[in-house]
Amino acid sequence: MRMITLLLSLLLPLTPISVVHAEEILRLATTTSTDNSGLIKYLFPEFEKQSGYKVHVIAVGTGKALRMGRDGDVDVLLVHAPKAENTFVDEGYGVKRIPVMYNDFVLVGPKNDPAKIAGAATLPTALKKIADSKQAFISRGDDSGTHKKELSLWTAADVKPGGKWYREAGQGMGKVLQIAGEMDAYTITDRGTWLAFQEKSPLTIVFEGDKQLFNPYSIIAINPEKHADLNHKGSAALINWITSKETQKRIGAFKLHGQQLFTPNSTATKTSTMLEKLN
Amino acid sequence: MESISATIIHALSLLLTGDAELWTIIGISFSISTTAILIAAGPAILCGFFLAYTEFPGRRLLISLFNTLLAVPAVVVGLTFYILLSRQGPLGDWKLLFTQTAMVLGQIALCFPLLVAMSHAAFQAVDKRAWETARTIGANPFQAFFMILREVRFGVFGALVAGYGRIIAEVGASMMLGGNILHYTRNIPTAIVLETSKGELAQGIALGMVLIVLSFILITTLHYLQGKGRVE
Repeated sequence: MRMITLLLSLLLPLTPISVVHAEEILRLATTTSTDNSGLIKYLFPEFEKQSGYKVHVIAVGTGKALRMGRDGDVDVLLVHAPKAENTFVDEGYGVKRIPVMYNDFVLVGPKNDPAKIAGAATLPTALKKIADSKQAFISRGDDSGTHKKELSLWTAADVKPGGKWYREAGQGMGKVLQIAGEMDAYTITDRGTWLAFQEKSPLTIVFEGDKQLFNPYSIIAINPEKHADLNHKGSAALINWITSKETQKRIGAFKLHGQQLFTPNSTATKTSTMLEKLN
Repeated sequence: MESISATIIHALSLLLTGDAELWTIIGISFSISTTAILIAAGPAILCGFFLAYTEFPGRRLLISLFNTLLAVPAVVVGLTFYILLSRQGPLGDWKLLFTQTAMVLGQIALCFPLLVAMSHAAFQAVDKRAWETARTIGANPFQAFFMILREVRFGVFGALVAGYGRIIAEVGASMMLGGNILHYTRNIPTAIVLETSKGELAQGIALGMVLIVLSFILITTLHYLQGKGRVE
């Protein structure tokens, strides 16, 4: 009996386990590439200090992040799939796509390069060589920004990937790099995640520098007309801050193993009209 | 790739240096799972009791149902609550998705059937005459219930331990409902998944070891508080 009373008395203070004022929390859905590379952790404490908001970062694939935004489960998105983002904004779920930064994708593969693509002149030729030699290729297969990009690249190369050599992992970028490393396979990765991984990976970059591999990141506030009760003030503050000169400079200064990961490319003027709309 | 021994040594040093981040994750894990099991325990044990001591139509079906729910994967529980709690879902107005409360709810749902099934099995082992005897010597239903609960305390304790084990180590529902938010909903299992995906195997192993060691300490302590644990 004593035990039960004890248990019950323990319960009472525990039930409202997390009474945090909704106003102070800002929910950001972002991609694994910005989170795994350490950028978010490097950048955001400063915003939290300045604005007083507590940012809850949920790192998922871009497809899932857009879905969360559509359902109103997050306040703001930092993602990298321009086409899908445009659709998202056109359908009225997002206010506007605001460029924040970019980096690029690279094609990585085994050091001995069995598909012999190192000398390929263009990206489509490189991809064709993988398909023709039926060398293993690991696809993200998770509807992420990188996955969407990869599919569009295959289309551009006029290859319909499939068959035993093409494997869809359905996992995040880091996991896919590990799988590719273990299986001596090729894969496409954003440079940020690659830099974070290259020391642990037996793979190497086999193709880079094609303009088709451009990888832009943008920030999108969820449209108040669709979801009125989100933290719109907070997302406006975050957008304002991330596109500001100082933050942009800090993004450019973020380095991993001595290399710059992202190039800032926001122009603050572009954002002013949308901020008015939000405020 | 680090060698296995180097990974383990690195893991040990992380633990011993008392990394603040690591301990926040540990704290979140244990406070959420403890809350969940404390909330679930009372009603679940009562359920087990009623299933064993009362007769009503559909009772056997209900028992099968609880036993079936034991086999439901955590991700399915997570997905169900995700759909319920999303802003677009029926309970969207509560704004609970990606909060600790959502994780607690998911974990309650995960351990409840296990607690019911195992405490039912424990209660079943006690002769029904124990209840009748207690009632004839003047105990009210409450007192009689606690007399029987005392008889089956080892079985019920086993149920609690198994239930706790299921939720403290569970990753699917926590990931979906909590969102793996640093310092808020990142618990040991979701942190292990994250660290592994980042290739930080040492961090993952360190967290795994913490989970084992702390669970061991907790359960051993409870066990000693409980009694000798052998047949006299």
